[in-house]
Amino acid sequence: MGKHLVGNHIRKLRFNQDEMTQQQLADKVGVTRQTIVALEKGNYSPSLELAFRIAMAFDLPLEEVFFYGEDTKA
Amino acid sequence: MTYQEKKSIVSLFSAVLIFASYCLYMVPRYPEEGLASADTFRYWGTFVLMLALFSVIAHIVISIIFNIVYRVTTREKEPNFADELDKLIDLKAFRNSFFAFILGFLLAMGSLVVEQPLAVMFIILIGAGFVSEVTGALTRLYHYRKGV
Repeated sequence: MGKHLVGNHIRKLRFNQDEMTQQQLADKVGVTRQTIVALEKGNYSPSLELAFRIAMAFDLPLEEVFFYGEDTKA
Repeated sequence: MTYQEKKSIVSLFSAVLIFASYCLYMVPRYPEEGLASADTFRYWGTFVLMLALFSVIAHIVISIIFNIVYRVTTREKEPNFADELDKLIDLKAFRNSFFAFILGFLLAMGSLVVEQPLAVMFIILIGAGFVSEVTGALTRLYHYRKGV
């Protein structure tokens, strides 16, 4: 399975939010912990709806959580 | 390893265990009469219907036992809903499983064309059912580990 072009900063953002656990984030956005694991590993590109829910959970705009292709901020 | 990965492995092993134990029970009961007697047809009909029933019950029992063991060993509650990733993986598993069964079905029909005994057709058909179940479980395991 090739790496997805949609990347994210979820792991870093969780850490910055009082070390939020994967389960806590999963509960907040209404998915299972497995999905958060897959997202952080870059094994899954979320639906637009889930991407927005995750961005809202961190109280950030979408583009600060997700990026397309190479991450220019990293 | 997450709940879904463990569950895929358990369903893979339970599929093999259920099919093997059922075959071990049923194969010695194959009627000794003619190749296409009424008893032989009744035997194959019973084989398929009872396998479906036995398989459903055994899967439910194994799933309940697995959930209890999972809760006790990890002290986590299993997810009680399927999210978008689960649904996507289920769709892919169903597609591959369906493809495997259709392939087996065509092979079974092919065996009739080349004048093989009816038993061969039934064996291929039942084998295709088993292979399709294993294919579905393997697909789930693969996508939960490697991504979609």
